[in-house]
Amino acid sequence: MIKDEKILVIDDEQVILNAVTRIGSAEGLIVDSENNAASGLKKLSQKEYSLVLCDIMMPQMDGFTFLDELQKRKISTPVIMITGYSTVENAVKSLYKGAIDFVPKPFTFEELNSSINRGIRYYRIQKRIELARLQNDKGTISYVPGPPKYKRLGNLSWMNLEYEGIAVIGATDFFLETIEKLVSIELMEPDEEIIQGDSCANLVTDDELTHRLLSPVSGRIIEKNERILNDINLLEKDPYFEGWMYKIIPSNIEYDLNYLVPFASDRM
Amino acid sequence: MKLRQAFTKISLKLILTVGVVTIGIISVYSFLSIQAQRNELLSQAEFYASKLSETIRNSTHLSMLENRSDQTHNIINTITQEPGLREIRIFNKEGRIMFSSQKEFIGQMVDQKAEACFACHTANEPLERLPMEDRMRIYSLPQDSSRTLGIINPIYNEPSCWEADCHVHPAEQKVLGVLDVKLSLKDVDAQIAGSEFRSIVFALIAIALLSLIIGIFVRRWIEKPVNELVNATEQVGTGNLNYVIKDLGSDELGLLGKSFNNMTQKLAEARLQLFQSDKMASMGRLAAGVAHEINNPLTAVLTYSSFLLKRVNNPELEEDLKVIVRETKRSREIVKSLLDFARQSVPKKSNANINEIISNAIAVVENQLSMKHIKLEKNLEENIPLFKIDSNQMQQVFINLLVNASDAVQERDGRISVSSKIVSLSPYGTLQIKNAVCSKRHSLMDEEIKIDGKPSIKLKLAQNGNQGFANLDPIYGKNRDKYSIEIKPQEQIQISCPRCNISVIDKDSNCPKCKGTIYSFEVPPRGIFEGCINPHCDWQRWKFVDEAGIKDYVEIKISDNGTGIAKEDLPRIFEPFYSTKGQKGTGLGLAVIWGIIDNHDGTINVDSEMGKGTTFSILLPISQQA
Repeated sequence: MIKDEKILVIDDEQVILNAVTRIGSAEGLIVDSENNAASGLKKLSQKEYSLVLCDIMMPQMDGFTFLDELQKRKISTPVIMITGYSTVENAVKSLYKGAIDFVPKPFTFEELNSSINRGIRYYRIQKRIELARLQNDKGTISYVPGPPKYKRLGNLSWMNLEYEGIAVIGATDFFLETIEKLVSIELMEPDEEIIQGDSCANLVTDDELTHRLLSPVSGRIIEKNERILNDINLLEKDPYFEGWMYKIIPSNIEYDLNYLVPFASDRM
Repeated sequence: MKLRQAFTKISLKLILTVGVVTIGIISVYSFLSIQAQRNELLSQAEFYASKLSETIRNSTHLSMLENRSDQTHNIINTITQEPGLREIRIFNKEGRIMFSSQKEFIGQMVDQKAEACFACHTANEPLERLPMEDRMRIYSLPQDSSRTLGIINPIYNEPSCWEADCHVHPAEQKVLGVLDVKLSLKDVDAQIAGSEFRSIVFALIAIALLSLIIGIFVRRWIEKPVNELVNATEQVGTGNLNYVIKDLGSDELGLLGKSFNNMTQKLAEARLQLFQSDKMASMGRLAAGVAHEINNPLTAVLTYSSFLLKRVNNPELEEDLKVIVRETKRSREIVKSLLDFARQSVPKKSNANINEIISNAIAVVENQLSMKHIKLEKNLEENIPLFKIDSNQMQQVFINLLVNASDAVQERDGRISVSSKIVSLSPYGTLQIKNAVCSKRHSLMDEEIKIDGKPSIKLKLAQNGNQGFANLDPIYGKNRDKYSIEIKPQEQIQISCPRCNISVIDKDSNCPKCKGTIYSFEVPPRGIFEGCINPHCDWQRWKFVDEAGIKDYVEIKISDNGTGIAKEDLPRIFEPFYSTKGQKGTGLGLAVIWGIIDNHDGTINVDSEMGKGTTFSILLPISQQA
């Protein structure tokens, strides 16, 4: 499925480069590796890649500066951040700065593989949109954006503040487009705490991958959507309304909002 | 000096002021009352004198008319017997003494310039009538201490005189002679002196009593509470925020004492919080260091094992791989929880034997060393007392330093030596300033410019229009300071906080060595630090630690004869994520070690020469402050 796509991995530890190369090659990807961000940037300007995996804590240029540099150079290649300094703050900051996903080290083969899969599909959707724009084709819809007042964490999850300070959260259509057909979903239970940037649900697809969904806000779950557990298709059919996942009481909404992007800004 | 101090005391100032005012008031009062008394007594004496004079004149009148001079003499002599009477004289118009109570003067002439005559004979022509007050005179005879009141009574010519048988006096003569009576004022003077004496004694007693009362009350109500306040301020100044002023009553000073207590309590709370957050911050850094260092190798283990698990077809191998994956995932959770709870975990210190910890650490790495044929010398001083340390953390430190050392040395002829011993050190030259603030509580610590790997203290300098910075050596007494501009020690200089520009100059004193300008800042919670800004002068004073005196430390040295560390790398080796070993780095970084030692109030220093080897020296205080 993702065979022959070219990916670039940047990390200052050779053992990580080796591990990622090994996994990527086994899946049929062509993997290039660099041990610093500066030469990674150089590679990116020479060659087209479908996906970049990048460490955060590196000597000289760190991962965040790398993301800033990409934006400055208008390079739109999707980037997945991988780091040993795996705090939720770093996860959220990465997504806010334009990374499409965040995989904390140490990761299993499956975890990395599912993220790479989403990344490649992300790249393909991006390409389709670009192509449609070039052909001035307004008919093709690649994905459905959320309602303008909703806010999103990266392109992964959304949240909407409803009545009496309750927030509703779910997965974006973009995220669902980057995964294969859903088979099942694992949700957390009411009264459990979720943290912004931390995993809040596992989505299993028919290609036997498990995808973690990172929560857009922190808070305590007061209700989970039982209906999507019974009818998984509801999630794909109506991700922003009927396909919600949790209702939560946010614990630190002012802080969390700093890293969320309103869907309204996508339509400009 | 003591006298000057005594004069500057409030009580003495108050006593002096009140004393002077009291003296003034009592003097004026006494003067007025003595004056009134004196006048009263004198007028009584004068009245008596004039009555006496009239009596003499009248009683002698007849004997005069009859020209019976012996009778006149008798009368005069009899009256002179009266106590207090000094002399009675009668002289004629020419001034010849006709009668006197002192017989030897009879017949003598009186000088017209004499006191008795002066009143009438000031002009060329003598006065014929004299008012009463002018007839009196008071004078002191030189040979006599008491004063004398003299009263003259002119004897006027009367018809009975010129009609008398003797016909001595013609009718046209106005004044026939003068009766002069002299009274001693001894009693009056004694009375006046007595009342003067009483007034002075009264004034003195009043002043003494007032001073005593003021002294007692000032001492009780002002001096004691003020001393207590001063003492408390000094205590707080040296960092003892637990000092509580005992109840000073409910007056203004009492209220001041209460609000002072309130302030120190708030300060203590704030300081505790600051400490806590500082500790948490370093724990967070430690956890971050651990997470980063451990997660990379774990990633390799986890990816390869999970990858193999997916591809393997051998059920036996599959089981083994599952164990590896499961256990690696468990490690991942441990690291994650370490990161999550970093802000709450604090080193757990208990009494431990440092040599035992070192031996345990050696046991862990011994295998690795013997495989590389590295010789390990152990030189541990016995009888090191137990002291409070976190054994686990400290063991990590030693394991890490030993692993570093074994990485650095050559196989076969590599040598590592570990030693421990008790050293007694003066804080001078060893103690590190880890926290310095200006009077507005801005941190002066500069993490960017380090001296011997330790953050320096940054001060802003301005002299003759030049601006720059001084980065001071954080080790007390070492003076390896860095100056960004050249300064002239003899000239005026401004030294200030780089953040808020508040002056850190101690205006009240100069360097006792070179008379240079002194900077001073607080080292919470260890009092005030002072030093001379002159780059060529090494004068420094840290009263708080000087007073603590010499302290016992355990010095642990781990040396190797390995490759050494480049000079340019030395200042940075304790920074997080800084490695000179490239991808060879294992375990915890030196930053974590530094954090652990720092949490034990200890210091770690490195001494290294390329090609010769490296020595890490750790100093841990045996008696730790709570």
